[in-house]
Amino acid sequence: MLQKRVVVCLDVRDGKTTKGIRFKGNVDIGDPVEMAQSYYEQGVDELVFYDITASSEGRGIMLDVVERVAERIFIPFAVGGGIGSVADMRAVLLAGAEKVSVNSQAVQNPRIITEGAAQFGSQCIVLGMDAKSDPAMPSGYRVYINGGRTPTNLDALAWAQEAERLGAGEIVLNSIDADGTRDGYELTVTRLISENVGVPLVASGGAGKPEHLVDVFTKGRADAALVASMVHYGDFTLAQIKDALRSAAIPVRA
Amino acid sequence: MTVGVVDYHAGNLRSVETALRFLGVDFVLSEDPETLLKTDRLIFPGDGNAGAAMKVLGATGLGEAIRTFYASGRPVFGICLGCQIVLEGSEETPAACLGIVAGRAKLFPFARARGDRKSESAAVATTTAPALKVPHMGWNSVHPVRSDPLFSGIPDNASFYFVHSYYTEPAAEHVLCTTDYGITFPSGLRKDNLWAVQFHPEKSGEHGIRMVRNFLEVRI
Repeated sequence: MLQKRVVVCLDVRDGKTTKGIRFKGNVDIGDPVEMAQSYYEQGVDELVFYDITASSEGRGIMLDVVERVAERIFIPFAVGGGIGSVADMRAVLLAGAEKVSVNSQAVQNPRIITEGAAQFGSQCIVLGMDAKSDPAMPSGYRVYINGGRTPTNLDALAWAQEAERLGAGEIVLNSIDADGTRDGYELTVTRLISENVGVPLVASGGAGKPEHLVDVFTKGRADAALVASMVHYGDFTLAQIKDALRSAAIPVRA
Repeated sequence: MTVGVVDYHAGNLRSVETALRFLGVDFVLSEDPETLLKTDRLIFPGDGNAGAAMKVLGATGLGEAIRTFYASGRPVFGICLGCQIVLEGSEETPAACLGIVAGRAKLFPFARARGDRKSESAAVATTTAPALKVPHMGWNSVHPVRSDPLFSGIPDNASFYFVHSYYTEPAAEHVLCTTDYGITFPSGLRKDNLWAVQFHPEKSGEHGIRMVRNFLEVRI
């Protein structure tokens, strides 16, 4: 039986894992390669690295991080942040990532999804999307870009389906309303999108305790769930999360 | 011992390379049939489209090299797409595949056309989407149906990482292991000195690395 994936997300700036307090700057919390190794040994199913550096110098450092991660962890991992061209995708994949994630760039230039899928296969192309509740939209959710700061005219469900049609092989859905609250994932939008696309849906934003993952896999119908703070600060281990999932009869990797 | 890795521009070979480097084995990544035919063991990875892959394998002579290598009795290991195109054919392409093993690759029966819900407006989005998504992506259990050195030290039902939309249906006597995803499908096959698996051992953690090592150590 296919298992539900627990994905740990690492934001990387200038080669350091960092945690952002929105609009208030970032605090470095460790070396991404060491953290990746530690989560690998604890049984994480997949990792995502978001490069939050804007500079080209930072991009070079990120590729070095990707190479060093690929040398020692043998599970899939994705890299996102600042990927705006097929050449950027190629650099990250050649450095050893399994998948690349595009977000704002795909809204501004949807062809990057199609071109990336044609070059590397849909399984490599992840659409990241930030959605916020908005009763004016047909699905009730609007897509935002630029780290959730800029609203677009896109309906969240329509955009997810369009991205699938264009060739995205997976969707990471981040709820702006839930992000940072640690009160749980936004289950309504997660379920709405997961049930209406044919590709796997990774839920993001709001995880604060293992029960939140139980909810997002059952009520939210997600295929995978992204966690960050709740494991980075040592509040919970991956073993505790997986034990909670197992207790709820959710299939997870041993 | 030198391991040859077939480079036919089908997907990311980096993960196979890093796994072999981690295991400390001599290997050569090559698109040259002669170079590969001089090696002791052959790994045949691949992602993507079976038709595109067969086109390259035909044009470069690499397909013939893989058949020759297999016929020589040396160990061959196919991974993912490499597991599908050792069969006679695939529903993904009208082109003939390598034909080393009897059988075909088939599309999961519950797969739907990419984005075929697109025409529905968000307002009438249904909640009756199929429970199973295609591609089959993620970790799933692998159950060996016979004793085989490839699974040495690996527990029954260990999880491996899969990404695929087509599954293999080799002749029954060549089924090595099975996996459940809507249907029970053969997730690995063995014929003489050929092993091939649908999942990615090089991306499947400790058990996966153990499997690659098992292949490198297997005695015919």
